[in-house]
Amino acid sequence: MRANYRRAAGGVACLFVLSAATALGQGSAVEEIAKYRAALQDGNPAELWEVRGADLWKQKRGAKNASLEACDLGLGPGTVKGAYARLPKYFADANRVMDLETRIVWCMVTQQGYSEADARKGPFGGPDRKSDMEAYVAYVTSESRGIKMDVALAHPQEQEAYRLGEKMFYFRGGTHDFACATCHGEDAKRIRLQDLPNLTKIDGAQKAYTTWPAYRVSQGELRSFQWRLYDCFRQQRFPELVFTSEASIALTMFLARNANGAAFDAPAIKR
Amino acid sequence: MHPLRLITLSALALIPPAILVGCVTAPNDAEVSAKAAVVLAASFKEQGQAKLDRLTQDDTQRTCSEYAGKPLPKDVAERIEKANLATIKWPADGKLLGDWKNGEKIAQEGRGMQFSDDPKGPAGANCYACHQLAPQELSYGTIGPGLYQFGKLRGYTDEIRKYAYGKVYNAEAYNACTNMPRFGHKGILTEQQIKDVVALLMDPDSPVNK
Repeated sequence: MRANYRRAAGGVACLFVLSAATALGQGSAVEEIAKYRAALQDGNPAELWEVRGADLWKQKRGAKNASLEACDLGLGPGTVKGAYARLPKYFADANRVMDLETRIVWCMVTQQGYSEADARKGPFGGPDRKSDMEAYVAYVTSESRGIKMDVALAHPQEQEAYRLGEKMFYFRGGTHDFACATCHGEDAKRIRLQDLPNLTKIDGAQKAYTTWPAYRVSQGELRSFQWRLYDCFRQQRFPELVFTSEASIALTMFLARNANGAAFDAPAIKR
Repeated sequence: MHPLRLITLSALALIPPAILVGCVTAPNDAEVSAKAAVVLAASFKEQGQAKLDRLTQDDTQRTCSEYAGKPLPKDVAERIEKANLATIKWPADGKLLGDWKNGEKIAQEGRGMQFSDDPKGPAGANCYACHQLAPQELSYGTIGPGLYQFGKLRGYTDEIRKYAYGKVYNAEAYNACTNMPRFGHKGILTEQQIKDVVALLMDPDSPVNK
């Protein structure tokens, strides 16, 4: 690989705008937000998704009436502990690089007998329905909490995904000429009052990537990393990123790999 | 695509077969860029007003993506600025300043052009996302420079008014590979909306200049 790791990247906490109390001075407004964030850490509703996901994982479902307990997330069938800290990775049985959601879809199809289309249905929850996928994601990621990110670039396809993801990070397009790098390429920048992680630096990448998925207080939902990318591209004025598409996996590979060495610390809670 | 197919015939002709074997797994930078564009195009679907043509880069977008994180050569910067300057449509009536009060609303409005936005509007410029403007608004971003007292500091001259209009219309004409969108060139704002934003920056009565 080339000297790409220096220009690292992590979770794409993107272009959200925080409406601030304009009656306060900006310094105190920022302080108040920091206090609010600290208060949020007291209790994280993400646990509800984790518990539901753990339960669903064991349930016999699909045409084959099978659970996901035999799903191989990269550390062998049945091993969930620590698996997320090593994803995305190349899977020989599928002959391609997969992130967590793509791998879960794979297991739903091959082991439970879902159709591809059904397995991909409802990737993100909304006011009217909970997403099983987000519950699975909450459960599996919670089993990597405290484990150091260790994403390999051993297989040529892993290396290629990383390089493609890096290019996509800098790809400018759409009506506004935005790339991921527009907001996440410099230190200490803000959108409105929202701090933006610099995903081209290792520490920024580590801090961001290891805190997704997250329960979003403003949405009342647990949001996966696939959702994070989807919503960043929406705000970038791009069309809709397809769930588990090749680009989404490549970008995740770029960001996850750059977080290597940091302890995974999610599902987190964010405003 | 198999990496072998990425190697051009001209390169093949120059490389002895023994070395070629070692090269097949490392496509060069331009090849990776080309493949990234192809993969992106296959990874999105149109939604609302955001069609797939938004993934087709123009020359400025392509060149700025290519040089991201690297120094931009002077001749390339000049080429980008010249091409973008030629796109600016100056108002037929010669007036560059509209109503700063409307300009403030446009500067505050974050909606517009997202697939989740109503194509009928409202649509704004979201200036405060990246810039400080009127001092009353404390929730401003820092991706762009602070613009408080923009006109007062630079002078309320025809030259600066023209610069402000041109900059909002097409920022790439003045600063190649800037982060700032090209609001006029890309049809994000109408001519009248640009005039209103220019008034926010250049009207002596605007809170920006207080």
